[in-house]
Amino acid sequence: MTQAQHNNFIEVTNVWQQYADQVVLERLNLSISEGEFCTLVGASGCGKSTFLRLLLGQERPSKGQILLAGKPLAGEPDASRGVVFQRYSVFAHLSVLDNVAIGLELVQSPLLGRLFGNAKREAREQAAELLTKVGLGHALDKYPSQLSGGMQQRLAIAQALIMKPRVLLLDEPFGALDPGIRKDMHTLLLELWNEIKLTVFMVTHDLAEGFSLGTRLLVFDKPRIDPHAPNAFGARITYDIPLNPQRRANRAVFDELPAHVAASLQPAV
Amino acid sequence: MRLINRHPDRAGRLMLVLLPFALLLFAYFVGSANRLAENANDKLLPSATQMVAAVDRLAFTEDKRSGNYLFWQDTLSSLKRLGMGLGIAALVGLCLGMAAGTLPLLSAPLSPLLTVLSMVPPLAILPILFIVFGLGELSKVMLIVIGITPVLARDLEQRAREIPTELLIKAQTLGANTWTLMLRVVLPHLLPRLLIALRLVLGSAWLFLIAAEAIASTDGLGYRIFLVRRYLAMDVIVPYVIWITLLAWLMDLGLRQVARLAFPWYEGAKA
Repeated sequence: MTQAQHNNFIEVTNVWQQYADQVVLERLNLSISEGEFCTLVGASGCGKSTFLRLLLGQERPSKGQILLAGKPLAGEPDASRGVVFQRYSVFAHLSVLDNVAIGLELVQSPLLGRLFGNAKREAREQAAELLTKVGLGHALDKYPSQLSGGMQQRLAIAQALIMKPRVLLLDEPFGALDPGIRKDMHTLLLELWNEIKLTVFMVTHDLAEGFSLGTRLLVFDKPRIDPHAPNAFGARITYDIPLNPQRRANRAVFDELPAHVAASLQPAV
Repeated sequence: MRLINRHPDRAGRLMLVLLPFALLLFAYFVGSANRLAENANDKLLPSATQMVAAVDRLAFTEDKRSGNYLFWQDTLSSLKRLGMGLGIAALVGLCLGMAAGTLPLLSAPLSPLLTVLSMVPPLAILPILFIVFGLGELSKVMLIVIGITPVLARDLEQRAREIPTELLIKAQTLGANTWTLMLRVVLPHLLPRLLIALRLVLGSAWLFLIAAEAIASTDGLGYRIFLVRRYLAMDVIVPYVIWITLLAWLMDLGLRQVARLAFPWYEGAKA
């Protein structure tokens, strides 16, 4: 990968998003390098989640374009971008283990979406390994409804990570959790981010969370407001703040290591 | 204590459940006894003995003409028609509902059509079914199918739409294509709903069955009831009606048990 591509892993150029006559986002320009942890904050209705949906491919921008690794972003969600929502992120009809294994099954079996025999066992082993890592090793056979909110979000994260996505999108993933549980989730998320080469976008209402987790804080706000037509102007990114330079630097050094050395190291948390 | 805060205990609850049934039976047998005391040949409210005799004659004695046990033969024929009708309707309704509820391109042509079709009174087109499919088994099964398929399809379409978008998006980020998405996410979510919908249309299915059998048939529970009506044989009609009610109740119970055993996740997921 050349340096230029490395710096512009995700390139947002002059993106507008509007529904009918309601402008949600206007003139968004952004360049994100691979491995950044971007936290998106702003008032409700300021287009943070809309921006996330654009990155996800759930919506297409009204104007402008988004490039992912130099190519226009696919117009629909796919396996290159993982996602965790605040609610409804996991499949209620599958056990914890199958919730994660289903990703491997869907990719390997485009006809039935299901694996059998050895392939199935391997997928489940792989899923169990990841689940143990996120602290769900004891609950493999449970259904999601038997898990607490925090456990369900751990499951949702594991589910997304089994696909080895290059981008992970989090839409207020911890918004419904207790403060204590939230702390644990932050630790887990940073661990995983350190370990896997992952670009993260996380929408949050919790400013402290935004500051402590991210390597880059993006503040969405409406710079112009017309009181007679509140929908006429959209939100922009009004502040773009680099954060936690230490973590950023660690990450960069780690990235510079030759692959065989990096692979043999247990990444520090 | 306010009435709204008073709950029956276990024994009390059982008694309250049985009470209306007991009252109903009591009222019937008092009425029956009074009428029979006045006129021993009264046919309107047969006594328990008369009904037992009729059941014994139909269920446990060979019919002199055909050598069959009529009661069981009627039951078997009716259940076969009902089962086929429900099975076909469930399959077609599931496919239509899933297609219309998941794929916007199919929803546009299907939803309005299903809405209109479900407004056609099935009994009004029964003559057409007899003309098109003849007087055999097919037309009776078709009446049930035509009667309940649109209801099932519309219900399942609605349920498919209620699946949170988040789940459909998530499945796509896990590498699902449209087909596997429907197979592994939408279908499992709809199956328990299908069983619930089937329980709800069970009553209509029986209605259509009895109607079809009453008009053109040579056996079946509905046929027998309408046949013996000519002789005012209430001693046969009443046990038949009770039997049909019992069968319908058992089917409802069975569907509920299947739903509970096959989809243990469903109850928890609703909360």
